[in-house]
Amino acid sequence: MADREAVLTAIRDERLKRQSTLRRLMAMPELGAIAGAILVFLFFGVTAGGTGMFAADGVLNWVTVAGQLTIIATGAALLMIGGEFDLSVGSMIGFAGMMIAIPTVYFGVPIELSVLFAFVGALAIGFLNGLIVVRTRLPSFIVTLASLYILRGMTIALSILFANRTIVSGVRNFADGTWVQALFAGKAFSGLFVWLAETGVIATLPNGDPAVKGIPAVVLWAAGLALIGHVVLSRTRLGNWIFASGGDANAARNVGVPVGRVKIGLFMTTAFCATVYATCQVMEFGSAAADRGLLKEFEAIIAAVIGGCLLTGGYGSVVGAVFGALIFGVVQMGILFTGAPNDWFLVFLGLMLLTAVLFNNVVRRRVTGER
Amino acid sequence: MSAAIASTPDAAVRPEPGRPLIEVRDLVKHFGPVVALAGVSLTVRAGEVLCLLGDNGAGKSTLIKTLSGVHKPTSGDFLVEGRPVAFSTPRDALDAGIATVFQDLAMIPLMSITRNFFMGREPIRRVGPLSFMDMGFADRVAREEMKRIGIDIRDPRQAVGTLSGGERQCVAIARAVYFGAKVLILDEPTSALGVAQTSMVLKYVSQVRHRGLGVIFITHNVRHAYAVGNAFTVLNRGKTLGTYRKSEITIDALQNLMAGDKELQSLSDDLDGMV
Repeated sequence: MADREAVLTAIRDERLKRQSTLRRLMAMPELGAIAGAILVFLFFGVTAGGTGMFAADGVLNWVTVAGQLTIIATGAALLMIGGEFDLSVGSMIGFAGMMIAIPTVYFGVPIELSVLFAFVGALAIGFLNGLIVVRTRLPSFIVTLASLYILRGMTIALSILFANRTIVSGVRNFADGTWVQALFAGKAFSGLFVWLAETGVIATLPNGDPAVKGIPAVVLWAAGLALIGHVVLSRTRLGNWIFASGGDANAARNVGVPVGRVKIGLFMTTAFCATVYATCQVMEFGSAAADRGLLKEFEAIIAAVIGGCLLTGGYGSVVGAVFGALIFGVVQMGILFTGAPNDWFLVFLGLMLLTAVLFNNVVRRRVTGER
Repeated sequence: MSAAIASTPDAAVRPEPGRPLIEVRDLVKHFGPVVALAGVSLTVRAGEVLCLLGDNGAGKSTLIKTLSGVHKPTSGDFLVEGRPVAFSTPRDALDAGIATVFQDLAMIPLMSITRNFFMGREPIRRVGPLSFMDMGFADRVAREEMKRIGIDIRDPRQAVGTLSGGERQCVAIARAVYFGAKVLILDEPTSALGVAQTSMVLKYVSQVRHRGLGVIFITHNVRHAYAVGNAFTVLNRGKTLGTYRKSEITIDALQNLMAGDKELQSLSDDLDGMV
């Protein structure tokens, strides 16, 4: 008996040893997204290398797109790992914009307070989304699909009610020169970029200004949120609770993880991220529009899935979602730079999503040992 | 850090063998009109394995869910180390030293061994106002505890899904022991396992008993029960049919008792005693 077991152990160990390096690599959720990002960079390095895509202003272009998406993808990834979806992210972007613009333009509320109001309002809606999901145990897919329509409907209705059209403009008059505008739409390190232009590292405009005036606030928000999200997920107790809540809510509850509170907090996080996105847009454009954020919920989910998050929860990473967003930005802008018809972007996006899901499925089987 | 490991709950003083850890008398549980438990009595002693036997529907699940704080009993006495208790959550039971390892809910396959091991009880390292999960400490403890039960894992960050079913049960048990459980409730830990895996789990259960814990071992496999049990309580239709020390009953008598009526016995005879 003992001999037999020793033999069995030896066989098992040997097999594990041979696979352990591969397994370890495969067990990194972000692996696929990183590999994908490298491929995409190689592709556009060859096809769009001479188009200015990789000059300073070209880089700014796709980094901004990737940054915007990173903001909402971070929230979406954390929520997906926690085992839920939020389809109301895009509508929340539109609605949060209205929550800033309408009080500012039509009620004379100082812009700082309007922004605060938008964040509080969005967090309350996120809380409500989470509470309904946790209490009723309905799929979050359905609950937030309802929110998607309710919020988008309210965004359009309120816009028509106050502005008599689907855009509320004139925010700029109230925002110019305020610290909130600097915080959400400013440019950082502009001195550095002036110096870079003077030394000839980056190009200058005809009037002598550098082609890139600084790092847009939206990119810094993206970097900050992604970093916080990554650290919380991988290095804190809360992160372990997020994995556990999404991996198996019952098992987590049995060992005392407050699953309900974790999930509600995650819904509030996606709402918060959507509001950061919305505020950046409102400050940048000086207006709120009823169609802002349309379909962004899917882009956020796509970035998270490309980044290795499983649709069933319990597995994924914020780093992966950032690479997912990067792929998104590079491809979307890269197609413009190469001059290929932009319509092909959606085809490519769909194919990439399908590939990512198939790949993730294989990874999950490896990781869980399913056959 | 080594000091931290030495002062873990595992090193706490265990009660002397034979002392009752859990006493349950005439426990009754109704779900509306359904009587799930109609008067169950049992005693779990330190350093002993009490096997809870019964066919499907006998009330085993309801009983363990009551003992582990998921359900509240309708009536009856429930004493832990001589003191009456009333748990309202599984966490209360855990804090009283009663840890339950559920058959399929023990571990989360997608999460690493370390993350599973410390799930709900993450070690914290403070850096100024921030608190982080001490992954270095957690990895080290997980690896050491796995080694103690004879599972040599190369990487405690590998997913639990890569472990076999028996190993997963053992990790779940090791986790409960590490966090200072006095009583372990094992819900059919062997029912989904093959022969080698089963013997691995049974061996570990016996090892845990020698460390002075009380174990409630739920199974409907009499052979598995007889291999590790010190005492056997048989449940039928929500009632205890009786409790027997190992010296008082044979494996066949136990099987007959568990079958409850003559039907299975005659079937068993037809099949030459192979059930």
